[in-house]
Amino acid sequence: MTDVRRRRPGTGLPPFQHLLDLYCADVLRFLTRRVGPLAADDCFQETWLAALRAYPSLRDAENLRGWLLTIARNKATDAERAAARRPLVVETLPETAGPERELDDGELMGAVAGLPGKQRRAVELRFVEDRDYPGIAAAMSTSEAAARRNVHEGIKKLRRHRP
Amino acid sequence: MTVSSSRMRDAVARFSESAADQGLADVTYTTMDSPIGPLLLAATDRGVVRIHFEEEEWVLDELARRVSPRVLRSPRRLDPARRQLDEYFAGRRRSFSIPLDRRLIGQFGERVLARTERIPFGSVAAYNDVAWDIGAPRAARAVGNALGANPIPVVIPCHRVLRTGGSLGGYGGGLDRKRYLLQLEGALPTAG
Repeated sequence: MTDVRRRRPGTGLPPFQHLLDLYCADVLRFLTRRVGPLAADDCFQETWLAALRAYPSLRDAENLRGWLLTIARNKATDAERAAARRPLVVETLPETAGPERELDDGELMGAVAGLPGKQRRAVELRFVEDRDYPGIAAAMSTSEAAARRNVHEGIKKLRRHRP
Repeated sequence: MTVSSSRMRDAVARFSESAADQGLADVTYTTMDSPIGPLLLAATDRGVVRIHFEEEEWVLDELARRVSPRVLRSPRRLDPARRQLDEYFAGRRRSFSIPLDRRLIGQFGERVLARTERIPFGSVAAYNDVAWDIGAPRAARAVGNALGANPIPVVIPCHRVLRTGGSLGGYGGGLDRKRYLLQLEGALPTAG
């Protein structure tokens, strides 16, 4: 994890307001599409509050838009899950997972952590940090072909992991 | 899917408010109009940390770098400063009583600016006098530099320091603004 993350946290980051001005429309549009206009407003608040909370410890000022959309995606998933759970809360029925259930964040992180080192790093760079393949290749000092292969192999293993 | 701009504005305003409520905005800023042009005011939880003529990107960058990257536009913490500045420009206030965060002032700057704060409304001092008073009689030029680097102009009245003999000297915000402030305070005759 130390390869591309040498900078001291918080240094070189633009003023947070800058991100808000640049990306608030993208985030709201994304959330509206994912969870509908009503839930989008709450997800929008949670996304930006979570981002602001984490911002000073961010080590990398690159691809802040990808970072924000990753947070938004997680908040949308939480909201969808909460909405699906809501009727069950009243009836106090035990929640049972359907066969097509997707991995939740914790499970997914666990599965990613279980990948071999290079694949894990490549998958994180691709999907958490939203890098393109040349970016992953540069970050890991490999060829672009190797970067693609690492991501591809990693995803293949994660698919097998599906519940 | 399009998102209406009023909905966007509401969402952003709501966020900025909760961020301030939860103490997550380390630096908040706002702008106000004044007779010497728009002013950017920025504060931390300790007090006003920065005033600048015009809202300029580099000032916010500097705050992000030197104080915290959690910089957000939000007027609330700045209401008292804004009110007192309005009163000052309207000629109804002669001194400020707002907490200041002095972390952007260096060691030498602090000596210079502390001395400058003791120059009362309507009076002026010379660079040389300030240098003498802080025990650095040969440092008039350094005094000028420290005044020029004043992060909280107007409230810390660096405009009250002139050259010996009465010529204006320099000013971070430009000499027109310095002249205006001194005339407002009655320390310079108004032209025409």
